Amino acid sequence: MFVAKSIAADHKDLIHDVSYDFHGRRMATCSSDQSVKVWDKGDDGEWRCTASWKTHSGSVWRVTWAHPEFGQVLASCSFDRTAAVWEEIVGESNDKQRGQSHWIKRTTLVDSRTSVTDVKFAPKHMGLMLTTCSADGVVRIYEAPDVMNLSQWSLQHEISCKLSCSCISWNPSSSRAHPPMIAVGRDDSNVTYSGKVQIYEYNENTRKYAKAETLMTVTDPVHDITFAPNLGRSFHVLAIATKDVRIFKLVPLRRESANSSGPTKFEVQVMAQFDSHNSQVWRVSWNITSTLLASSGDDGCVRLWKANYMDNWKCTGILRGDGSPVNGSGHAAPLSAVGVPGAAQMLVGATSAGRYFFPHLDSPRAGSRLAHLLPPPSLIEHMYEPDPSHAPQISHRHTASEHD
Amino acid sequence: MEEVDVEPSTTLIPSAGFHRKHLGFEWGPGDLLVYETNYKLQGSPFVHIVRRDEDICSPILRKLFNESHLIFVGLQKIKEDIPSKNKKSQFVSISKNYRSVIRACMEELQQNAGKRSHDTHHVSILLAIELIWNLCEVLFIDTAPAGSLLLHLLDWVRLHKSDVDARAREVLQSDSPAQHQSYWDVVISLVLQGRTDEARQVLSKQASLREESSSVFKSMDGLLQTMPIFNPTGTQTLTEFEVKWRHWHEECDRCLQENTFASNRHLETICKILVGDEDTLLEQKELLSTWYHFLVTRLLFTHPTIKPPDLHYYAQSSMNMFLGPRASPEPLDIILLSAFEFDLHQVIKDCSIALNNWWFVAHLTDLLDHCKLLQSHNLHFGSNLREFLVLEYASGLFTHHSLWQLAVDYFDHCPEFGRVYLELQIERVPLDTERKAIKVLRICEDRQMSEQVRSICKIMAKRALRNNRLGSALSWSIRAKDAAFATLISERFLQDYSNKGSFTDLDLLDNLGPAMLLSDRLTFLGKYREFHRLYGEKRFSEAARLLLSLMTAKIAPRSLWMTLLTDALPLLEQKEVIFSVDQTYELMSCLEELNSGTKDSNLTDQDEDIESTKTELLRLALARNLTMAIVKEGTIET
Repeated sequence: MFVAKSIAADHKDLIHDVSYDFHGRRMATCSSDQSVKVWDKGDDGEWRCTASWKTHSGSVWRVTWAHPEFGQVLASCSFDRTAAVWEEIVGESNDKQRGQSHWIKRTTLVDSRTSVTDVKFAPKHMGLMLTTCSADGVVRIYEAPDVMNLSQWSLQHEISCKLSCSCISWNPSSSRAHPPMIAVGRDDSNVTYSGKVQIYEYNENTRKYAKAETLMTVTDPVHDITFAPNLGRSFHVLAIATKDVRIFKLVPLRRESANSSGPTKFEVQVMAQFDSHNSQVWRVSWNITSTLLASSGDDGCVRLWKANYMDNWKCTGILRGDGSPVNGSGHAAPLSAVGVPGAAQMLVGATSAGRYFFPHLDSPRAGSRLAHLLPPPSLIEHMYEPDPSHAPQISHRHTASEHD
Repeated sequence: MEEVDVEPSTTLIPSAGFHRKHLGFEWGPGDLLVYETNYKLQGSPFVHIVRRDEDICSPILRKLFNESHLIFVGLQKIKEDIPSKNKKSQFVSISKNYRSVIRACMEELQQNAGKRSHDTHHVSILLAIELIWNLCEVLFIDTAPAGSLLLHLLDWVRLHKSDVDARAREVLQSDSPAQHQSYWDVVISLVLQGRTDEARQVLSKQASLREESSSVFKSMDGLLQTMPIFNPTGTQTLTEFEVKWRHWHEECDRCLQENTFASNRHLETICKILVGDEDTLLEQKELLSTWYHFLVTRLLFTHPTIKPPDLHYYAQSSMNMFLGPRASPEPLDIILLSAFEFDLHQVIKDCSIALNNWWFVAHLTDLLDHCKLLQSHNLHFGSNLREFLVLEYASGLFTHHSLWQLAVDYFDHCPEFGRVYLELQIERVPLDTERKAIKVLRICEDRQMSEQVRSICKIMAKRALRNNRLGSALSWSIRAKDAAFATLISERFLQDYSNKGSFTDLDLLDNLGPAMLLSDRLTFLGKYREFHRLYGEKRFSEAARLLLSLMTAKIAPRSLWMTLLTDALPLLEQKEVIFSVDQTYELMSCLEELNSGTKDSNLTDQDEDIESTKTELLRLALARNLTMAIVKEGTIET
């Protein structure tokens, strides 16, 4: 592995998420500077920023692309308690000449009363559906009934998970044998609700999502969760970022005819567990065919995990900063002369799995479950309607950051 | 198989992680985006693109990928039912084809090697690959029996220690070869490789100069000439050969005992080599240069009828003797040693770790699998290993903007996961142009990947619509069999028509055929266009019949009836009667039905005026036509 290119992202604050589009020709970045930027890969292989706009009035946690069948559509979610849907419109000719594109807001989803921590589009076979989860513990599923009109979204389902949700992942399987399924991770440190990962499944009869499984063995806060592509298998594979990296196998059990209306029951097996980060893990993500899992943690490393043909998992690569200080923005030139081919084809399957990486300087303590919701100090001024209950944690944060 | 723990490789990201904290990442097409999310940010954050497979980009290796693809596909076509004896020769020739592709690639790289250090690196990898492959071919694919085995190993060493030829040429072409400083090195090198005839030729240069010692040279010439070489195609049995060889060996030994060559230390050395004296052989380390050359030479002069199962003992001891007790073997040494030990899985495993190159392990394993070698070794995962490696290689190809097309065939030959991998990969191929989209589409269609076909067409339709290319959007949505989208585009066509008064993309609309049945609105669009065509061709009565049927059969949406009726006006105004009495009545009832419906309250007064004027005009025209039709029909009947 080698660094082929470095791009100055030109965000004024830290980046929370980067997301490739389905074909890997575009990417979107989002940041604490409240903006989203879209980058397009030219025929020469160079990335150019073609749009940059203020999207929210708080840190933007995640940005994600809809499947191109639905056009050029982005969704973002933010500390400002909203999620938003953006669509690129074919711009004026002078826009094109300047190499700029135009994105307009199609809708703002305002149902959450707290920070919206994750946003994901559902698998395309379900239609155009968007899911959010928020710090108040609610997962919301929206649908655009008319794919030609993205300004209308209706809230289809609200799933209450009780405690702060940090991440969601749809099961990508389009097999008829598998009803729609969503996994939710929680990052609260409440010990009485110990299973931090819950699996919800859609029930055709009740037309509702019902809890199918709680992974009781996951007792520490979960920061990211992601299903692997199904590969036509009968079981599901789920990777989880918690105090370590875990890979679970969910084997649906044969339904008994008596309670066939109930949710599927699963046999849960741990396929692998890696503690090499030796610290909090923030993000996990599969490549397109799920032959590789990447994870990043508080050790400052991105680690790549790979199973051999006998299903033995191993770390096959580590990415780590070289520790040199950042020397301004004049560094954007390609670092390697190696020609990168103009078109890059496969984008890797798992959708963005960005996580807010701002200072988790110490592990959240019991009773400070909202601690991680606080924006970095530079953004405090953008916080509106500060909840008085947050105040002590703000000071707690500051104190903590001084120790770092 | 034992799992050896290998330290994962670390890639450093420049200027990131000053505080050694927090890298975020995102999977990309064959690469990984890495970005800092350090809170203590200084300046603008960077996004780094980390590529996984650098070899894919090399333009010369591309040739290797392209040509080996053809060999691979050919290999898959070898039928199961051919008797295994005939197959073996096919497999050997396929193995040789692979090697010749490697050689060709290597030579091309060598020509460029001076220019780029990157290529030198590739050359050394390809050299190692070819060396290992060749040995595997000898040991596993050709599976030569005792006698022939050594001959093959000699060929292997000669091929990979070819600098001897260059030096021999240099010596022989010099003014006085016998005086050349490399003269004896060349002679000894030739002897070490068992090339006795050539050694004799070079020796004769010296012999002719030294009249006084010609008898010594003659003795050596005799020894070299009589050295028995096993002839696998001849009638001689292995035992006969062994007897002969032992006799020759004793003869060499006798010469040594009798100090025949005491007068010339070089010839003495050669004689010691001929009797297989290990110390003398080891003194030639520089000429041998590798332990495996030493191994083969040692066998040549001590055990020319070595059997395959005995190889590993000599290999291990030769390596230890040659490298010395303290030297640690390189990965290449270990791989070759595993091969001599016939431990196929270890070879494959070590290669995939050491070479970081899926091309080699995938193709070699595939070939070995076809030779049915993997099952016999380690029962339950033989075919999985092959598929695993082929899938890895093909997935790597998919990251390249044109090589992905080769990968399709590799996926096709992976029975377990090939199809689902292809499905996942192919839908990510950027559809930069219509041509590329059609290429991808054809691959999916050939494999009945209906979901991918639908998705690609839908993406293309959506994109065309965004760019206002209605014709293209329509044809893509027809291919996608997307009724809802076809309806939407048909409506846009009709809208365009009512704005501009003419249709675009006539070629497409005129040739819809049965495709127009995809959606009601599309059917109407097609039929309506047909009406315009008939009208244009002055086939008025056909046009009139069609127009009327569009309304009576409820194909036309109510909102367009007024347009249709207006279209009827010029037909009604023609001199000859086009609409019959019955047809006119039907038109009248359509008009009344339209007017009896709820009026659009959004219409402005002005619009309403126009509408009512239109209605009046139509009523008048209909009434006139009715009169004429009645008269005409009456006239004909009488």
